[in-house]
Amino acid sequence: MHFTGREWWALIHGMILGAAFLLAFGGGLAGLWSLKANLVTREGVLERMRRLKVGVVTMAVAAWLTVITGTWVVYPWYREDIPKSPKSRLLADSATKDWHEFGMEWKEHIAWISPILATVVAFIVLYYGTNLIRHDRVRKTALTLFVLAFAFAAVAGALGAFITKVEPVR
Amino acid sequence: MSSTTGTRAGAIEYPDRPEGPISAAIIAGGVGALALGILTTLAEASTGVADWLQWSDRVGPLSGETIMAVIVWLVAWTVLHFVYGRSPIETRTALIIAFVLIALGVLGTFPTFFQAFAPE
Repeated sequence: MHFTGREWWALIHGMILGAAFLLAFGGGLAGLWSLKANLVTREGVLERMRRLKVGVVTMAVAAWLTVITGTWVVYPWYREDIPKSPKSRLLADSATKDWHEFGMEWKEHIAWISPILATVVAFIVLYYGTNLIRHDRVRKTALTLFVLAFAFAAVAGALGAFITKVEPVR
Repeated sequence: MSSTTGTRAGAIEYPDRPEGPISAAIIAGGVGALALGILTTLAEASTGVADWLQWSDRVGPLSGETIMAVIVWLVAWTVLHFVYGRSPIETRTALIIAFVLIALGVLGTFPTFFQAFAPE
């Protein structure tokens, strides 16, 4: 059982950081959803706010690391100007060229919107704190942006998984 | 919805915080998304723009597109934070503005859209 250096980086980008992102999203979503006055005591608020802050900050950090490693480490190997690069191989066959011309072209751009929105949510939670409990509109705004950040990352992640299945970076 | 002093409701402490900075952050996020969409489309439409955005030969125009989008986002956030810092601008208004900007940004990054601007 052996992975090349490039395959390790592809794993770090897609699976390790992706897993951290997913876990943080799940925790942050549950935290934002249940931050209601009738559901928590003062002790519960302190405990939940701490966990929520960790969750949203972790998701933002994971999102940034994912797009940075993807763009600056894995993507150059993907698009190398040699016949054996994944991009060259995908474009050489009319049956697979859309994986690059649509799949990768969308993935490499839309992914970057996710960390921007995740950072906005982290700011809202860190700045507004317990006010999210009594100002339901702001809480729902944060929730909406949080889900949107996840959705954009999900599109990029799914396309990345499919492209890797067809033509992986080796 | 801001008050001049922090308030306690029951046993939970609510620190005094205006909504302006939140609205600024939300709108700035939309501006960043829009910048990415515009830069992506411009790079496809013009080889001159694509060449200028190629700040890394290994990454290609994506390098400049993403760095510029992040710079635009951060500058917008800084400016809007000072503009709306003490303002009561509602987050609902900011969210609507951001949704429009994000939708346009996503459109600009959608291959079927930006590839339509590729030179013949």
